[in-house]
Amino acid sequence: METMNAEIFTLTYGSMVRQLLVDTEDVEEVNKQLDKMGYNIGVRLIDEFLAKSKINKCVDFRDSAEKLAKVGFKMFLNTTASVTSWNAEGTECSLILEDNPMTDFVELPEGCSRKLRYCNLLCGVIRGALRMVNLNVSCNFVQDVLWDDPVSELRLKLISTGAENYPFKDDD
Amino acid sequence: MGVFTIYFFDREGTCLFYHEWSRPKPVKLGAGTPGDDQKMLFGLFFQLKVFAAAMDPKGKPNAQLGAPTRIGESCSFHSFTTDLYKLHFAESPSGLKIVLTTDPTVGDMRESMAYIYSYIYVECVVKNPMYSPGQPFRFETFTTQLNDFIQSLGLLQ
Repeated sequence: METMNAEIFTLTYGSMVRQLLVDTEDVEEVNKQLDKMGYNIGVRLIDEFLAKSKINKCVDFRDSAEKLAKVGFKMFLNTTASVTSWNAEGTECSLILEDNPMTDFVELPEGCSRKLRYCNLLCGVIRGALRMVNLNVSCNFVQDVLWDDPVSELRLKLISTGAENYPFKDDD
Repeated sequence: MGVFTIYFFDREGTCLFYHEWSRPKPVKLGAGTPGDDQKMLFGLFFQLKVFAAAMDPKGKPNAQLGAPTRIGESCSFHSFTTDLYKLHFAESPSGLKIVLTTDPTVGDMRESMAYIYSYIYVECVVKNPMYSPGQPFRFETFTTQLNDFIQSLGLLQ
């Protein structure tokens, strides 16, 4: 697989977030925009992921989360995440990122801690990519090293799984 | 001539791409309009998949005929052959469906279709900034590469 310089990526992403902060002047809006961008990336990224990983079926959400953490993060961010803190029903879990290349060299501006979800793009990507395989999830940062937490933690919650429905009505 | 037509559909039933190398019987004499042709084909393989899953003697006992299936659940068919043509079908977990119609003598195309998905569709369409998901596309690089690939399989004369 093609590789690129991680620092260029990190710095590009950083300047994009900075520009968004300047343009919108609203931290919540930046979070929203990042999530939206990520979603649009994820919708496409899933095909590349499927094509390159040759993964065909995931038996359940647990399996999907493992593949996402071990194969997905490895492929696109060259890092892995561990999947922990499952709830009893197996619909919620946490992805712990020990090493997140996107946060290298980053310092949040003052007053943004606990507000700016710097890597919110990731949440969008995960949401978009899983949406394409009919898993509706919500994804949020609950801990972030940039907020002086020990690790970055993404909380992943399965809302529903869609079925393959016939898209046309009988009479049209 | 070994290969007739190719169709790409998304999950919503939109025909994203259609190309014919050879179609001796025009669409007008078959389904009528290209739109109907695409929709009927979508209905054909969709229902065939449902039937194939319902007839499965091995799978989960609760899969009833007509019950919507989830991705990754149940089975699917790869091709069917009539005396005049063969229809190859491939589906990715992300909902993209590829249908290729060829001469009935053509062998297993599963690997070739996986190649078309992984190396031609993903590289030329998904990564193309002009492509918006869910909309039909027509990109020169994609068409050329698809043509070259089909040619390299020896299916074109």
